[in-house]
Amino acid sequence: MTRDYPDEPAGEFPRPPRTVTDREDREVEILPADVADHDSVFEMYLSFDPADRAQGIPPSRESAIENWLDTILGDDTLNVVAGHADGVVGHATLVPDRHGEHELAIFVLQPFQGAGIGTELVETLLGLAQSRGLEKVWLTVERWNDPAVALYRKVGFETTEAESFEIEMSIRL
Amino acid sequence: MDILLGVGGSELSYHALEETVDRARATGDDLAVAIFGNEEVNADADDIQGRVEETLAESDFDATIRRLEGDSPGSELISLAETEGFDRIVLGGGERSTLGKIQLGSVVEFVLLNSQTPVTLIR
Repeated sequence: MTRDYPDEPAGEFPRPPRTVTDREDREVEILPADVADHDSVFEMYLSFDPADRAQGIPPSRESAIENWLDTILGDDTLNVVAGHADGVVGHATLVPDRHGEHELAIFVLQPFQGAGIGTELVETLLGLAQSRGLEKVWLTVERWNDPAVALYRKVGFETTEAESFEIEMSIRL
Repeated sequence: MDILLGVGGSELSYHALEETVDRARATGDDLAVAIFGNEEVNADADDIQGRVEETLAESDFDATIRRLEGDSPGSELISLAETEGFDRIVLGGGERSTLGKIQLGSVVEFVLLNSQTPVTLIR
Protein backbone atom coordinates (compact mmCIF):
# COMPACT_ATOMS: atom_id res chain seq x y z
CA MET A 1 0.00 0.00 0.00
CA THR A 2 1.37 3.41 -0.87
CA ARG A 3 0.24 6.43 0.98
CA ASP A 4 -0.19 9.80 -0.71
CA TYR A 5 1.63 12.90 0.48
CA PRO A 6 1.31 16.54 -0.49
CA ASP A 7 3.80 17.53 -3.22
CA GLU A 8 4.96 20.61 -1.38
CA PRO A 9 6.78 20.40 1.94
CA ALA A 10 5.34 22.31 4.88
CA GLY A 11 7.14 25.33 6.32
CA GLU A 12 9.35 25.33 9.39
CA PHE A 13 7.70 24.28 12.63
CA PRO A 14 8.84 25.43 16.09
CA ARG A 15 11.18 23.11 17.94
CA PRO A 16 11.13 22.08 21.58
CA PRO A 17 11.70 23.19 24.28
CA ARG A 18 9.05 25.92 24.25
CA THR A 19 6.90 27.63 26.81
CA VAL A 20 3.42 28.56 25.60
CA THR A 21 0.38 30.11 27.22
CA ASP A 22 -2.91 28.45 26.40
CA ARG A 23 -6.21 30.23 25.77
CA GLU A 24 -7.07 29.95 29.45
CA ASP A 25 -3.84 31.68 30.47
CA ARG A 26 -2.16 28.53 31.70
CA GLU A 27 1.57 28.32 31.12
CA VAL A 28 2.60 25.02 29.58
CA GLU A 29 6.09 23.78 28.78
CA ILE A 30 6.51 21.65 25.68
CA LEU A 31 9.52 19.37 26.00
CA PRO A 32 11.03 16.46 24.09
CA ALA A 33 10.35 13.18 25.85
CA ASP A 34 11.61 9.64 25.67
CA VAL A 35 11.59 6.45 27.69
CA ALA A 36 13.15 8.30 30.64
CA ASP A 37 9.84 10.19 30.95
CA HIS A 38 7.87 6.97 31.12
CA ASP A 39 6.55 7.50 34.65
CA SER A 40 5.09 10.96 34.11
CA VAL A 41 3.53 9.92 30.79
CA PHE A 42 2.11 6.80 32.44
CA GLU A 43 0.55 9.00 35.15
CA MET A 44 -1.14 11.09 32.48
CA TYR A 45 -2.69 8.04 30.83
CA LEU A 46 -3.91 6.72 34.18
CA SER A 47 -6.05 9.83 34.52
CA PHE A 48 -7.14 9.87 30.88
CA ASP A 49 -10.93 9.90 30.44
CA PRO A 50 -11.93 6.62 28.73
CA ALA A 51 -14.60 8.55 26.81
CA ASP A 52 -11.79 10.46 25.05
CA ARG A 53 -10.24 7.32 23.63
CA ALA A 54 -10.05 7.07 19.86
CA GLN A 55 -9.57 4.00 17.68
CA GLY A 56 -8.69 1.84 20.66
CA ILE A 57 -6.00 4.06 22.21
CA PRO A 58 -4.93 4.86 24.81
CA PRO A 59 -5.72 1.49 26.37
CA SER A 60 -7.43 1.65 29.74
CA ARG A 61 -6.00 -1.25 31.76
CA GLU A 62 -2.68 -0.44 33.45
CA SER A 63 -0.85 -3.42 31.97
CA ALA A 64 -2.10 -2.54 28.50
CA ILE A 65 -0.96 1.07 28.96
CA GLU A 66 2.50 -0.25 29.91
CA ASN A 67 2.72 -2.40 26.77
CA TRP A 68 1.55 0.45 24.60
CA LEU A 69 4.06 2.90 26.13
CA ASP A 70 6.85 0.40 25.42
CA THR A 71 5.97 0.80 21.73
CA ILE A 72 5.39 4.52 21.51
CA LEU A 73 8.37 5.51 23.69
CA GLY A 74 10.56 2.87 22.03
CA ASP A 75 13.51 3.11 19.65
CA ASP A 76 13.14 5.43 16.66
CA THR A 77 10.02 7.11 18.02
CA LEU A 78 9.79 10.86 18.66
CA ASN A 79 7.77 12.31 21.52
CA VAL A 80 6.92 15.64 23.09
CA VAL A 81 4.97 16.27 26.28
CA ALA A 82 3.12 19.31 27.59
CA GLY A 83 4.00 19.87 31.24
CA HIS A 84 1.99 21.94 33.68
CA ALA A 85 2.42 22.39 37.46
CA ASP A 86 0.51 19.18 38.14
CA GLY A 87 2.42 17.01 35.69
CA VAL A 88 2.08 15.95 32.08
CA VAL A 89 -1.20 17.14 30.56
CA GLY A 90 -0.60 16.36 26.91
CA HIS A 91 1.52 14.04 24.76
CA ALA A 92 2.21 13.73 21.06
CA THR A 93 4.07 10.84 19.46
CA LEU A 94 5.53 9.80 16.11
CA VAL A 95 5.99 6.07 15.60
CA PRO A 96 7.74 4.59 12.53
CA ASP A 97 5.66 2.24 10.40
CA ARG A 98 6.93 -0.62 8.23
CA HIS A 99 7.66 1.75 5.35
CA GLY A 100 9.89 4.13 7.28
CA GLU A 101 7.14 6.71 7.38
CA HIS A 102 5.79 7.98 10.69
CA GLU A 103 2.33 7.83 12.22
CA LEU A 104 1.30 10.66 14.51
CA ALA A 105 -1.04 10.65 17.49
CA ILE A 106 -1.82 13.20 20.16
CA PHE A 107 -3.61 13.13 23.51
CA VAL A 108 -4.58 15.99 25.81
CA LEU A 109 -6.15 15.55 29.24
CA GLN A 110 -9.77 16.64 29.34
CA PRO A 111 -9.36 19.78 31.55
CA PHE A 112 -6.73 21.08 29.11
CA GLN A 113 -8.64 20.39 25.90
CA GLY A 114 -9.99 23.15 23.69
CA ALA A 115 -7.35 25.68 24.70
CA GLY A 116 -4.85 25.33 21.88
CA ILE A 117 -2.38 22.95 23.55
CA GLY A 118 -3.04 20.23 20.99
CA THR A 119 -2.03 22.49 18.13
CA GLU A 120 1.16 23.54 19.95
CA LEU A 121 2.01 19.90 20.69
CA VAL A 122 1.55 18.79 17.08
CA GLU A 123 3.51 21.74 15.67
CA THR A 124 6.35 21.27 18.13
CA LEU A 125 6.52 17.54 17.45
CA LEU A 126 6.70 18.26 13.71
CA GLY A 127 9.50 20.75 14.46
CA LEU A 128 11.38 18.03 16.33
CA ALA A 129 10.75 15.71 13.37
CA GLN A 130 12.21 18.29 10.97
CA SER A 131 15.33 18.57 13.13
CA ARG A 132 15.76 14.78 12.79
CA GLY A 133 15.22 14.78 9.03
CA LEU A 134 11.83 13.02 8.94
CA GLU A 135 9.90 13.66 5.74
CA LYS A 136 6.64 11.78 5.75
CA VAL A 137 4.09 11.89 8.55
CA TRP A 138 0.55 10.50 8.44
CA LEU A 139 -2.35 9.93 10.78
CA THR A 140 -5.89 8.64 10.87
CA VAL A 141 -8.77 10.28 12.67
CA GLU A 142 -12.39 9.26 13.16
CA ARG A 143 -14.48 11.15 10.64
CA TRP A 144 -16.86 12.54 13.29
CA ASN A 145 -14.01 14.04 15.33
CA ASP A 146 -14.39 17.56 13.92
CA PRO A 147 -12.09 19.37 16.41
CA ALA A 148 -9.23 16.99 15.65
CA VAL A 149 -9.72 17.16 11.88
CA ALA A 150 -9.78 20.98 12.08
CA LEU A 151 -6.60 21.01 14.17
CA TYR A 152 -4.67 18.80 11.74
CA ARG A 153 -5.87 20.81 8.76
CA LYS A 154 -4.81 24.08 10.40
CA VAL A 155 -1.33 22.66 11.03
CA GLY A 156 -1.05 21.72 7.35
CA PHE A 157 -2.13 18.09 7.02
CA GLU A 158 -4.04 17.23 3.86
CA THR A 159 -6.72 14.58 3.57
CA THR A 160 -5.48 11.66 1.49
CA GLU A 161 -8.25 9.11 1.99
CA ALA A 162 -11.76 9.82 3.20
CA GLU A 163 -13.77 6.80 2.10
CA SER A 164 -13.85 4.87 5.35
CA PHE A 165 -14.78 5.44 9.01
CA GLU A 166 -11.36 6.96 9.52
CA ILE A 167 -10.02 9.88 7.53
CA GLU A 168 -6.36 9.54 6.60
CA MET A 169 -4.26 12.72 6.47
CA SER A 170 -0.61 13.35 5.69
CA ILE A 171 2.03 16.06 5.61
CA ARG A 172 5.44 16.35 3.95
CA LEU A 173 8.12 18.00 6.06
CA MET B 1 -27.66 -21.41 13.92
CA ASP B 2 -26.24 -21.21 10.43
CA ILE B 3 -23.07 -19.11 10.52
CA LEU B 4 -21.39 -17.54 7.50
CA LEU B 5 -17.75 -16.61 8.15
CA GLY B 6 -15.92 -14.43 5.62
CA VAL B 7 -12.17 -15.04 5.29
CA GLY B 8 -10.16 -12.63 3.14
CA GLY B 9 -6.62 -13.65 4.01
CA SER B 10 -5.67 -11.18 6.74
CA GLU B 11 -4.16 -12.56 9.94
CA LEU B 12 -7.24 -11.38 11.79
CA SER B 13 -9.48 -13.31 9.40
CA TYR B 14 -7.59 -16.54 10.25
CA HIS B 15 -7.87 -15.69 13.93
CA ALA B 16 -11.63 -15.29 13.43
CA LEU B 17 -11.73 -18.73 11.76
CA GLU B 18 -10.15 -20.37 14.80
CA GLU B 19 -12.44 -18.57 17.23
CA THR B 20 -15.51 -19.40 15.16
CA VAL B 21 -14.63 -23.07 14.87
CA ASP B 22 -14.16 -23.27 18.66
CA ARG B 23 -17.46 -21.57 19.25
CA ALA B 24 -19.39 -23.58 16.65
CA ARG B 25 -18.06 -26.79 18.15
CA ALA B 26 -19.37 -25.69 21.57
CA THR B 27 -22.77 -24.56 20.31
CA GLY B 28 -23.37 -27.07 17.53
CA ASP B 29 -23.78 -24.29 14.96
CA ASP B 30 -23.34 -25.06 11.27
CA LEU B 31 -20.49 -23.16 9.66
CA ALA B 32 -19.92 -22.07 6.08
CA VAL B 33 -16.66 -20.28 5.23
CA ALA B 34 -16.78 -17.78 2.37
CA ILE B 35 -13.36 -17.24 0.80
CA PHE B 36 -12.54 -14.02 -1.00
CA GLY B 37 -9.40 -12.42 -2.41
CA ASN B 38 -8.71 -9.03 -0.93
CA GLU B 39 -6.83 -6.12 -2.46
CA GLU B 40 -6.02 -4.79 0.98
CA VAL B 41 -4.01 -7.87 1.96
CA ASN B 42 -2.90 -8.92 -1.50
CA ALA B 43 -3.88 -12.52 -0.96
CA ASP B 44 -4.76 -15.15 -3.55
CA ALA B 45 -8.10 -16.91 -3.03
CA ASP B 46 -6.66 -20.39 -3.69
CA ASP B 47 -3.97 -19.86 -1.05
CA ILE B 48 -6.54 -18.61 1.42
CA GLN B 49 -8.77 -21.61 0.76
CA GLY B 50 -5.79 -23.94 1.26
CA ARG B 51 -5.03 -22.42 4.65
CA VAL B 52 -8.70 -22.54 5.68
CA GLU B 53 -8.99 -26.22 4.71
CA GLU B 54 -5.79 -26.97 6.62
CA THR B 55 -7.11 -25.27 9.76
CA LEU B 56 -10.43 -27.12 9.49
CA ALA B 57 -8.62 -30.44 9.06
CA GLU B 58 -6.35 -29.77 12.04
CA SER B 59 -9.38 -28.87 14.13
CA ASP B 60 -11.23 -31.94 12.86
CA PHE B 61 -14.24 -29.75 12.11
CA ASP B 62 -16.52 -29.91 9.07
CA ALA B 63 -17.52 -26.68 7.36
CA THR B 64 -18.80 -25.85 3.90
CA ILE B 65 -16.42 -23.82 1.74
CA ARG B 66 -17.83 -21.14 -0.55
CA ARG B 67 -16.00 -18.83 -2.95
CA LEU B 68 -16.88 -15.17 -3.57
CA GLU B 69 -15.55 -14.42 -7.04
CA GLY B 70 -16.57 -10.84 -7.79
CA ASP B 71 -15.00 -7.45 -7.14
CA SER B 72 -17.07 -6.53 -4.09
CA PRO B 73 -16.73 -9.28 -1.52
CA GLY B 74 -18.65 -7.33 1.13
CA SER B 75 -21.72 -7.07 -1.06
CA GLU B 76 -21.47 -10.69 -2.17
CA LEU B 77 -21.15 -11.89 1.41
CA ILE B 78 -24.32 -10.04 2.36
CA SER B 79 -26.23 -11.42 -0.66
CA LEU B 80 -25.13 -14.94 0.12
CA ALA B 81 -26.26 -14.60 3.74
CA GLU B 82 -29.64 -13.20 2.72
CA THR B 83 -30.45 -15.51 -0.18
CA GLU B 84 -29.51 -18.65 1.71
CA GLY B 85 -30.97 -17.64 5.06
CA PHE B 86 -27.84 -17.55 7.21
CA ASP B 87 -28.50 -16.38 10.78
CA ARG B 88 -25.25 -14.52 11.31
CA ILE B 89 -22.23 -13.19 9.42
CA VAL B 90 -18.88 -13.34 11.19
CA LEU B 91 -15.79 -11.38 10.14
CA GLY B 92 -12.38 -10.73 11.63
CA GLY B 93 -11.04 -7.21 11.46
CA GLY B 94 -9.80 -4.10 13.20
CA GLU B 95 -6.12 -4.14 12.28
CA ARG B 96 -3.91 -2.08 14.57
CA SER B 97 -1.19 0.21 13.26
CA THR B 98 2.22 0.05 14.97
CA LEU B 99 1.12 3.04 16.99
CA GLY B 100 -1.91 1.05 18.12
CA LYS B 101 -4.80 2.71 16.31
CA ILE B 102 -7.51 0.36 15.13
CA GLN B 103 -8.72 0.69 11.56
CA LEU B 104 -11.50 -1.27 9.90
CA GLY B 105 -10.92 -2.50 6.38
CA SER B 106 -13.32 -1.68 3.56
CA VAL B 107 -14.98 -5.13 3.47
CA VAL B 108 -15.72 -5.10 7.21
CA GLU B 109 -16.99 -1.57 7.03
CA PHE B 110 -19.28 -2.32 4.08
CA VAL B 111 -20.76 -5.38 5.77
CA LEU B 112 -21.31 -3.61 9.11
CA LEU B 113 -23.12 -0.74 7.42
CA ASN B 114 -25.16 -2.63 4.87
CA SER B 115 -26.01 -6.06 6.22
CA GLN B 116 -29.55 -6.88 7.34
CA THR B 117 -28.18 -10.12 8.78
CA PRO B 118 -26.65 -9.66 12.26
CA VAL B 119 -22.86 -9.29 12.08
CA THR B 120 -20.25 -10.35 14.62
CA LEU B 121 -16.86 -8.67 14.31
CA ILE B 122 -14.01 -10.58 15.94
CA ARG B 123 -11.08 -8.31 16.80
